[in-house]
Amino acid sequence: MIKEIMKDKYASIAFIILVVMYLMILFADFIAPYSKDFSDRNQSYAPPSKIFVIDENGKFSRPYTYNYKREFVPELYQAVYTLDKSHKYYIKPFNRGEEYKFLGLVKTNIHLFGVDKTGRLYLLGTDINGRDVFSRLLFGGRISLTIGFLSLFILFPIGLIYGGISGYFGGWVDNIMMRFAEAVMAIPSFYLLIILAAILPSNMTSTQRFTLIVVILALIGWSGFARVVRGMVLSIKNEEFVSAAKTIGASNLRIILKHILPQTTSYVIIAMTLSVPSYILAESGLSFLGLGIQQPDASWGNMLKEAQEYINILYRPWLLTPGFLIFVAVLSFNLIGDTIRDILDPKGKIRE
Amino acid sequence: MNIIKYILKRIIQTLPLLFIVSIISFFIIRLSPIDPLAELRLNPSISQETLQKETQRLGLDKPIPVQYAKWASSFVRGDLGVTSSGERVADKLKERIPNTLLLTSIVIFMTWLVGVPLGILGAVFHKSQFDRLLTVLSSIGMAIPSFFFAILLLIFAVKTSLFPVGGLTSFDFDEMSLGGKILDLAKHLVLPVTVLFTISLSGLQRQMRANMLDVMDSEYIKFARAKGLSEWQVIFKHALRNALNPLITLLGFEFAGLLSGAALTEYVFQYPGLGRLILEAVMKSDINLVMASLMMGSIMLVLGNLLADILLIITDPRIRGVGK
Repeated sequence: MIKEIMKDKYASIAFIILVVMYLMILFADFIAPYSKDFSDRNQSYAPPSKIFVIDENGKFSRPYTYNYKREFVPELYQAVYTLDKSHKYYIKPFNRGEEYKFLGLVKTNIHLFGVDKTGRLYLLGTDINGRDVFSRLLFGGRISLTIGFLSLFILFPIGLIYGGISGYFGGWVDNIMMRFAEAVMAIPSFYLLIILAAILPSNMTSTQRFTLIVVILALIGWSGFARVVRGMVLSIKNEEFVSAAKTIGASNLRIILKHILPQTTSYVIIAMTLSVPSYILAESGLSFLGLGIQQPDASWGNMLKEAQEYINILYRPWLLTPGFLIFVAVLSFNLIGDTIRDILDPKGKIRE
Repeated sequence: MNIIKYILKRIIQTLPLLFIVSIISFFIIRLSPIDPLAELRLNPSISQETLQKETQRLGLDKPIPVQYAKWASSFVRGDLGVTSSGERVADKLKERIPNTLLLTSIVIFMTWLVGVPLGILGAVFHKSQFDRLLTVLSSIGMAIPSFFFAILLLIFAVKTSLFPVGGLTSFDFDEMSLGGKILDLAKHLVLPVTVLFTISLSGLQRQMRANMLDVMDSEYIKFARAKGLSEWQVIFKHALRNALNPLITLLGFEFAGLLSGAALTEYVFQYPGLGRLILEAVMKSDINLVMASLMMGSIMLVLGNLLADILLIITDPRIRGVGK
C-alpha cells in the first residue's frame, strides 16, 4: 500500500509531511526548546527571535540571537519589543534545558537546540502568557493529531456492529435501529458537539477531558457510518458463503463478525482515512470555541483562540501558525485518502 | 396522483423521526448536571412569578417522562419559554432563523451555480491538466478550517476596510433607502458567504465530477455515442440528467453540513444566525434556548432532507416505481 501511495506525486509529498509531523510530535519534548508550560511573563506577545548568521563585522558566525527588551511606549499605548544587543546568545545544538522524560521513559535535559538559561529563543514568537508558540505547537499537535484517530477507533467498531446487526437481521430490528440512527443524523452535528462538550463538568483533569472529548467526537459520527455498513451488509447477506455458514450451523454473531463484516474492509479503510480530517477539524473547532481542550494544555484549536482578536491578527501574525498546521495536516490526509480510495476501489464502486 | 401519494408518505415518515430527535435532545440536556433555571435564579430582574411559571411549565418537580411530555406539548403549541435574560425564546428564534436561512440558501444557490459546471468540466476533461488543477484546488478548499479561513478574511477586511466586520446590518440601517439597505446587507454577507461557499463548493465539485465519470462509463452513453450524437448532446441530454440525481439527495446533507459549518463562521463574523445563538446559549447554559434552537436546527435539517427527497421523487421516476 505504501509503495503505491509513493507512486502518486501529491500523495507521496503528503505522506512524507505527515510522517515528519508525527515524528515531531512523538519527540516533542526533545525537539521543543521549552516545555509547554514554560512562561516568561515579561515576554508576552514577543515577536519571533531574529536569528543572525552574519555578525556585526560582516563575517559568518555560528547562528546567534538577541533577547528582546520590552518597553511600554505611552504614546502608542502598547509594549514595543526591541533587540537587546548587549549580549549574544549562540544557538547550541543538544542544549541542556528543562528536564523531561524522553519518550516518557528516560529522564534527561538535553534538547535538540536552545540557548543559555538567560537567553530566550522564540522561533515563532510567544502568546499572551509569554509561552513559546513553537514549543506549544509541537505539544498541541500531540492532541490535535491523535484525538481524531482515537475517536475513529471507538466509532468504527460501534458503527460496524450496529450496521451489521441492523442489516443482517432486517425486519423490525432493522427498522427500529435505522430510525434511531437517522434521528441522530437529523441533529446538526456541530450543534450536538458543542452541547455535549458544554455539559462536561468543568472540574475535570485534562486527561479526563481529553478522553471524554474523544468519546463525544465518536458519538456524533457513528450513525452515518452505520448506515452505509448496513447497506453493504444487506447485499452481502444473500451471498452463497453466508448461506453455507448458516448450513454448517454457525451462530448469527459469528456469521456477522467472521463472514460478513470482513467483506466491508476496503470501505472501512477508505472511510477511515477520509474521515480523519473531519475529526481533526471538529476538535480544533471545538477548542477554538473554548469548549474542547482547555488551557494550560495546548491544542492547535485553542491556540488559535487568541487569533480572534483584531489586534492580535493585525500585529501578531505568528499566532496564526496553528491554523496553517491544521490546514496542512488536513490537506495531507485528504490527498492520501483519495489515493487510497483509488488503489482499493479503482472503479468507484463504493459510495458513501 | 402517484407522485402526491409518495410525497405524502414521505412527509408522514418525518414525524416519528422528529419525535425521536426530540427525545434524544431532551434526555441529553435534562440528564446533564446543569440546573435549567440557574441563570434565571441569578438574574435579579426576573420576578419570582416568572420563575414559578417556568418551574410549572417544565414540570421540574415531576419525574422525567412527565417533564418530557410537558416540554413537548408546550413546544408543539409554540410556547418555548423564556431565555435567561427574560426574552421570549420564540422571538429570539424568529429573529435568527431567517438570517441563517438567508446565508445558507445564498451559499447553496451559488455552489450549485458554480460547482455543477465545474464538476462537468472536470469529468469531461478527465485526467487533463485542467482536471488536475481543479482537483488540487478542491483539495485545498476542503482542507481549510472554516474558522481559520474566516479569520484570514477578517484580517483582509480590517486591513482594507472594504467590508464591514460583524453583524448583518449597519447601525443606521433603518434610515437607509431600499437600495441602500440591499447594498448594506450584501456587503455584510460577502465575507461569511465566501467562507462557506469555498468550503462547500469543493465538496460539490468533487461529487459532481465523480457522478459524471460514473455515468459517462455506462452502456447507454456508449450507445448514444455509437448512434452518432455529438459529444455536446451526449453530455447534456444523456449524462447530465442522470448525474444530477445523486446530487439532489446530497442537497439534504449539504444543508446539514452548512448548518454546522455556519455555526463557526457566524461566530467569527459575529453574524446573528442560529449557529451563534446556540453557541451563546450553550456558553451561558441557557437551557430553554439550547433546547429550542437544537430542535429548530433539527427541524430545518429534516425539512431540508424532505425537500430534497421530494425533488428526487419528481425528477427520478425510478423511485416512484420501486414502491409498487
